[in-house]
This record gives sequence, structure tokens and C-alpha cells, in this order.
Amino acid sequence: MTSWIDVGSDADIPLRGARRLLIGQTPVAVFRAGDGALFALIDRCPHKHGPLSEGIIHGRTVTCPLHNWQISLDTGHALGADTGCTPTLQVASRDGRVLVDVAPLMLAAS
Amino acid sequence: MPVTPRARPRPNSRPRLVVIGNGMAGCRAVEEILALAPDRFAITIIGAERQVNYNRIMLSPLLAGDKTFDEIVLNDASWYADNGIELITGCAASAVDRDARRVELEDGRVLPYDALILATGSNPLMLPIPGMDLPGVVTFRNVDNVETMLAACGKGGRAAVIGGGLLGLEAAAGLARNGMDVTVVHLMPILMERQLDQSASYLMVRELERRGIAVLLEAKTAAFEGRERVEAVRFDDGGVTPADLVVVAAGIRPNADLARECGLDVKRGVVVDDALRTSDPSIYAVGECVEHAGLCYGLVAPIWNQCRALASTLASDGALAFKGGETGTKLKVSGVEVYSAGLFAGHDRQEDVVFRDAARGVYKRLVFDNERLVGAVLFGDADDGPWYLSLIQSGASVIDQRETLIFGRAVTEALAGANPRSAVAGWPDTAEICGCNGVCKGAITNAITANGLSTLDDVRAVTKASASCGSCTPLVEALLASMLGEGYEAGPAVKTVCRCTPYGHSLVREQIIARRLTSIPAIMQELEWTTPDGCASCRPALNYYLLCAWPGEYEDDKHSRFINERAHGNIQKNGTFSVVPRMWGGLTSPAELRAIADVADKFKIPTVKVTGGQRIDLLGVKKEDLPAVWADLGAAGMVSGHAYGKALRTVKTCVGTDWCRFGTQDSTGLGVRIEKFMWGSWTPAKVKLAVSGCPRNCAEATCKDIGVICVDSGYEIHLGGAAGLHIKGTEILCKVATEDEALEVIVATTQLYREDAHYLERIYKWMARVGLECIRLRVIEDAAQRLALFERFVRAQTYSQIDPWAERARGVDSDEFRPLTPALTEAAE
Ligand SMILES: Cc1cc2nc3c(=O)[nH]c(=O)nc-3n(C[C@H](O)[C@H](O)[C@H](O)COP(=O)(O)OP(=O)(O)OC[C@H]3O[C@@H](n4cnc5c(N)ncnc54)[C@H](O)[C@@H]3O)c2cc1C
Ligand code: SF4
Ligand code: FES
Repeated sequence: MTSWIDVGSDADIPLRGARRLLIGQTPVAVFRAGDGALFALIDRCPHKHGPLSEGIIHGRTVTCPLHNWQISLDTGHALGADTGCTPTLQVASRDGRVLVDVAPLMLAAS
Repeated sequence: MPVTPRARPRPNSRPRLVVIGNGMAGCRAVEEILALAPDRFAITIIGAERQVNYNRIMLSPLLAGDKTFDEIVLNDASWYADNGIELITGCAASAVDRDARRVELEDGRVLPYDALILATGSNPLMLPIPGMDLPGVVTFRNVDNVETMLAACGKGGRAAVIGGGLLGLEAAAGLARNGMDVTVVHLMPILMERQLDQSASYLMVRELERRGIAVLLEAKTAAFEGRERVEAVRFDDGGVTPADLVVVAAGIRPNADLARECGLDVKRGVVVDDALRTSDPSIYAVGECVEHAGLCYGLVAPIWNQCRALASTLASDGALAFKGGETGTKLKVSGVEVYSAGLFAGHDRQEDVVFRDAARGVYKRLVFDNERLVGAVLFGDADDGPWYLSLIQSGASVIDQRETLIFGRAVTEALAGANPRSAVAGWPDTAEICGCNGVCKGAITNAITANGLSTLDDVRAVTKASASCGSCTPLVEALLASMLGEGYEAGPAVKTVCRCTPYGHSLVREQIIARRLTSIPAIMQELEWTTPDGCASCRPALNYYLLCAWPGEYEDDKHSRFINERAHGNIQKNGTFSVVPRMWGGLTSPAELRAIADVADKFKIPTVKVTGGQRIDLLGVKKEDLPAVWADLGAAGMVSGHAYGKALRTVKTCVGTDWCRFGTQDSTGLGVRIEKFMWGSWTPAKVKLAVSGCPRNCAEATCKDIGVICVDSGYEIHLGGAAGLHIKGTEILCKVATEDEALEVIVATTQLYREDAHYLERIYKWMARVGLECIRLRVIEDAAQRLALFERFVRAQTYSQIDPWAERARGVDSDEFRPLTPALTEAAE
């Protein structure tokens, strides 16, 4: 099952930037890499729950603002020597709108 | 309206095939059908344009004057006649009656069909802004548009091209060739953002500028203005640029009007299956008007595949289905070769390999997904594009060639099986190693053998290779290593900025000035960064270096700043922020304290604490509350304390002669004066100051970055203390007699530190690296240099002494503080 919600326009997610939103109690971060690709992750670092949406984005990686763990935007996995994983969500851009599939969150809630 | 005479009598038995759209896809589809079954259909093509089918891709050379119309015709009148095709030009189809299987033309004629092909292409996007219909505002899609542009060129003057995609850049190049003064206006920060990344875009901007074309990025057009015809373009920030001609090339939209009106399934384009069939089994669609598996296509390569598949459906067994999918795009944009292929996102563990050749203006980026190559962007040298595409499409493992792939096909194949680290050893002798001094590989290897060279410096001395910008140093070292084996010991490695570059901070800072590099992509290209957009270590450093080198000119890149500096507060462990307003020299007032108390109540701020820097910290502020908190503090006269920045933090003071019986000078007054002069400036690492009124040193000035100890005869200026992770007492830089001199020395020293230190290097570390003597020579002994440093600081302050809190309270950068608010669930399936 998928459940897409419209989280904003393409222009709302700047290049090498991120925006945060709440789905129920869960913070979700929507990122745009330098090559324009969109990603969505639960906005919690696997280390100590730092807000990944506030990190610096480079390549397809975000560096957590709290202790500099590097998290892959593709997989949510911590890179390098660190281990841990943040759940990813599907994201798509359609007709200028950014859509996120929040079905996994709704499943978890129910 | 010319109608070609029927060449052959049409046997009534043949099914009637009608094609709407006499463009590239429609005619190619007909050609493919004729090739399979020349006599299957009685064919009619309806075209809204006056001309026979011509090569739309060649409109740019037509505009540039490199081609004539006759040279770009694809199917001349005799082709239609020879193949018995009835051609109707200059007349659009206005409706399709599916029940009666008839096409209605705008002149009232009606054509029955057995099979219908929609090949209506796309329409240029119109901007929903005032003035779009003014004379002199044109789009770029057909021969008529080109004629309008050429007529305008005849009068000379200025042209604005709205849209920095493929079409816009082609139009700009053509207009410039015709002598117009051209400005390209692009909404995004990157030109051709579908095909290029930031680095390639930087090269493209440079190339256009070389041709005299100006480029405005991130500029949103708000209106076209003029009385009788267009005279100017207005932007949403109020800026205006004059223009006698405006070309709108802001994108295209599939032209699916007819299909929609007759009730076919239409999303963005006319929806078709793998056989190019629409939701009506006797109607087909092909070309840019089509949507297949959720994708619309805007380039001819995939469209040719559609035409073949459609012909297979209509004139054969339909075995050749259209599969869509990835194709490479090779483009020549105003003479520059650009190639992009494959995917750049959405895969597991993708990794980039980047190659830059600054001298030749070449940029290549390969994207790997584990063992496979999945994407490529090439700029300036696109010869290997199709080869990369074949590797992408094959999906085979390239793990063995991964190290050499980026050097191209020739090198990879020559080195297959060889040690990848000695890639350069396998290069031909004629391969250029040092671009600055034009030294090729053979010259270096010969010199090494003939002169028995064994160090990098030897090679530099004899051949000049790597003696200028140094960017080829790793190559020269690799050559030495491959020839001398164990006998070669690399020199002491410089500490590099980060893993994206072989260079250290000092070299990067020198090169920024020497080569006038004014943007992060420029540095990354010219210094041959190995990643597409750096990392969390180098980007903040480069952003600071540029800010320091080009005050007022360089535009701060907030996405290259740590969150604290981007949000102007300190992030806390739970994601909230702390707010520390400035208290000049540690002084505050009842009014300020009241405002702080009110803010703490109003925004339910959980913790209020006195800091070590003599001010007050409000902890636990929600990010979305920050602008409102700042607005309230600002109303009481307070500004940002920069407690979150690599910036001037506090100037701690004691009460000095104002109150203390030991005071020798007005230490509070001097501290306030210094802080008012220096606040707002960005520095390589945080800078903390203190002024004590006598050697009892109540302000603890001797463990600060810069400290002042007042004495009866004047002021001792201290430098390089630390009281954090490391504890270090200051050293005395000098002694001066007056407050003015004290300020001048402190400011000049800070500026030297700003210009010279490595990013994140505190003053005490910088001092240990360059030596106190060296600092003294430049700031104390050399009065002229001191004054110049002082003046550069003052100039930089005119751009940085703007309260970032007040700006954001007014709404600047509001997206940073506003969470997204999702709309209601759109669709659950
Ligand atoms: C300036 C320019 C440069 C380009 N450069 C490149 C390039 O370098 N590489 C590349 O791959 N692609 C390039 N393209 C894109 C390429 O030209 C198109 O992908 C291709 O032309 C699409 O073919 P089509 O038949 O779908 O549309 P078109 O070629 O546009 O043909 C559609 C035709 O249908 C007609 N029509 C529309 N509605 C009706 C109607 N109701 N009745 C009758 N007729 C109708 C239109 O007038 C038009 O003649 C370029 C395009 C332009 C404009
Ligand atoms: S440093 Fe000297 S002048 Fe300042 S408060 Fe202490 S004793 Fe007084
Ligand atoms: S919470 Fe992300 S690195 Fe520690």
C-alpha cells in the first residue's frame, strides 16, 4: 500500500537543502541533493536522534549537525565506521509538487 | 493552403491512415511504416505549420545563420508526392470525432480515418505574468519564431532569454551571433539543471560569458514591460533589465488538447501503451505529445524508438514494443559538448567519481551503484558518452575498471588488468601532465631517467612540471613512484582541507585570490575537487574563504554553513535552539532584562542562564519561534550575539575606572567600543576578547584570543590565549599609549587572522603555526600594512554589520524556520 501526501512545491525544497514536517508525532525530513534528487527520511539520526534536516548535504549524504555522523540519503544507513540506520520514505515530484509516501508511518501507528 | 496533388490513384480498399502533426515524429513514423509496408495505407498528414517537415533541432543553426531553411528540410515536397501522401499544410486539425472516425480541420473540412496518429508535439510554456502578449515577446519552437527573432536582430539592441535550459541557451547563442546583447535569465541556481550539475553549470556560465552572454541565475521574472512593444523585463525583487526582444524558453508542455477534448486518456501527455496505442484502439500517438509509463520525452533519440515501435504495431507484427527507459543525451550547446546519461538518484549506496581538467575546461562525473555504473555527466569532452551509456545499459559489474573508467575508454582498455594506481604509468608519452607549463609525460620520464631525479622538487627544477599551480603534483608523484618503486619517498604530506582535495588550506586561499575564484563551484573546478559538491568539512571552509576574500561581492551560501550559522542560534541536543543577545561589554539595563524576561515567559523558554561571556542565554527555543523571539528582543534594542558562529563573540570587561578603586583606564568603555566596532564579523574560528582595567585582570583577558590589560601608561595587547579544551596563557603582542591605537592594533590583527588562518584554526593555533614574530612584523612594525589591514576590515564590516536577527524577524529566509505543512492525503492506493 502507498499513501502519498503532498508536502509542498518543488521550490520549497532548495538545492542542497532540507525541510522538516510532522506526520502525527513523527518528524520527516525532505532533502534535495545538489543534483536535484529528492529524498525523504525520518528526521532522526540513528546515533542520538539529531535532526538530520539541519545537516549539511553533500553528494547524496547528510552530515548530522550534532556529532557529524554521515547518513546516506539513499539508504538511511550511517556511512564509514558508524553503524545504524534511519528509515527512508518514498518521495516523488509530480507536476511541480513534492509527494511523500507516508504509508509506513500509518502502518506503524495503527 | 497548398495541397499536394495526389501522385497515385488511391485504391479505396486501402485503410485510411491520418496523421495529425507534420513534425519530426509524425513524418518519421510514416517513414518507418512505409519502409515496412509501402502500400498498406492511404496516408494523409495534416500540419499546422506552413512548411514541409524540417529538422527542428536545426532551428538554432538557422537562427545563428549557419544553415538556410532548405538545408534543414527533412522531407521535401517530392517525398510526399513520391510516396503518395496527401499533405495539408497551414491548417490545424480542430477536433476528432471518435464515433464517426473523422478528423475536423479548422477550415471546415472533414477527413475520415481508419487509423489515426496524433503527433502534435508540444507547446512552449507561457508564463502567467503581465506582458506575455506584448509584441517582441516570442517563444522558440518553429520557423516562424526564428523569423521574428531574425527581424529583431536586424535592429540590433538587447535581448533577454527567459530560461536557461537547452532551448534558451541555443537561442541566446544564436542571438549573440547575430550581434545582439544577450542576457539569459534562469529561475534555478543551475543552468540546464536536468542535464548538468552545479560544476558543469559553472563551466557553462563561464563559456557563455566568454561569448559575451550575461547569465542571471535564481532570477524570477515578474513581468514584461513596454508600451507598444516590449522594452524591459522586471524581476520579482524589483530589478529591471532593458530588452528589445524577449525569448521565452521556460519549458514545454505536451500538446494533448485534441486528445483531451475527444475524451482520450490524458495525464501530462496522451497516455499510450508499449504499442503506442491510446485508450482508443484505433488512435495512436507518438512524439513529444505522448506519455508512456509516466514519462514524457523531449528529445529525439527516444522518439525515434517510439516511431519504430509504432510502425511495428501498424505495419508489422507489433513485436518491437516501446520500452522507454534511459537514453543518453548528447547535446552541443552553443558549441560545447555536453553528455548526460542514466540515473543520479534513488539507488543504494551510490558513489561519485569526479574528474576535472581545469586547463581544458573538462568536467566528468560518473555515478556508481555498488559495482555498476548508473549515471554519467560529461562536459567539454563527451566522446566517451555512448560508451558509458552502453556500460550503464548493460548493468554489468565494472568493479575491475572502476579506478580508470573516469579517464575514458582508451585508458581503461589499455589498462585492463594493470594496477589501477599506476594509471598514469600507462598513459602515452604525449599525454599532458602539467597543464600550466605544457609538460607531457615523456618529458618527465626522460628527465627522471636521464638526470637520475628522485624527488618532486628535482622534477620541478628540471622540467617545470608541477611548479606552477601544483595541481598535477599527485600525477608527478605517481610517476616517480611507478618508476622508482621503493626508492621514492613522498615528501611530507600537507594536511589537506578534507578528502575532497589534495590541497591544503593555505594553497586554496592563495589560489582564490591569485585566480580570482569567486564561487564554490569555481574553486572546485579550478582546483580539481574530486567530489561533485564537496563535503561538510570543505564547504563551510570555502564559503568563509570566499566571504573573506570578496566582501560585498560573494553571496553567502547558507547551505554551506553549519546549522548554527544558518539558523543564527545554537542547536541543542533535542533540536531546539539557544538565543544569546549581545550585551555590549557585558553591560545590560533594566529595559533589556525586562524584555528578556517577557520573551522567556511569552515563548515558554525553559532555561535562562548567565554565560561565561557576561551575557544571558535563553535555552530551549523552538526553531519556528526564533524569528518572533528575535523580533521582541530587537524591539528592545538588542541584536544577535553571534554566540553560535565562527565570528566575533564577546568582549568581556571589568568595571575599570568607572567604579573600581584599582582601575587605571576605562576598561568597560574600551570593551564596548571594540565590540561595537567588530561585532558581526565572520572569522575562521570563534574570537573572544576581554579588557581588564588593571593587572589584577578580573576580566580574565590573558586566556582570551585577544586580551587587553590596562596599565597607567596605556594598554598591553595580548594574543593567543585559550581556556577550553586546551589552556594557554596569552603572549604580549605590543603596548600602546592610546585607546585609538589599541583599537587599530586589535582590528588589524583580527583582519590578518581572518585573511591568513585555516578554517576552524583558533588564534592560538594560528599563532603557533606562523609565529608571533611574523604577526608582529606585519601588524606592529609595518604601519602601512597595519593601516591597510584595518581598512580592509572596515570595508568588510559595511557588509557584515547587519543584524541577522532583525533581517529574519522581518521575514528574510522565512522557509528556514517554517516547517512544511502537508496537504490532506492525496491518494491512497
Ligand atoms: C530549437 C530546438 C532545438 C532542439 N534541439 C534538440 C537537440 O539538440 N536534440 C534533441 O534530441 N532534441 C532537440 N529538440 C527537440 C526535438 O526537436 C523534438 O523532440 C522533436 O521535434 C519532437 O517531435 P514531435 O513530432 O513530437 O514534435 P514537433 O516536431 O514539434 O512536431 C509537431 C507538429 O505538430 C503540429 N501540430 C500541433 N498541433 C496540431 C494540430 N492540431 N493540427 C495540425 N498540426 C498540429 C505542430 O505545428 C508541429 O509542426 C529541439 C527542439 C527545438 C525547438
Ligand atoms: S581588573 Fe583591575 S580595574 Fe578591573 S575590576 Fe579588577 S581590579 Fe578593578
Ligand atoms: S545524533 Fe547524529 S551524529 Fe549524534
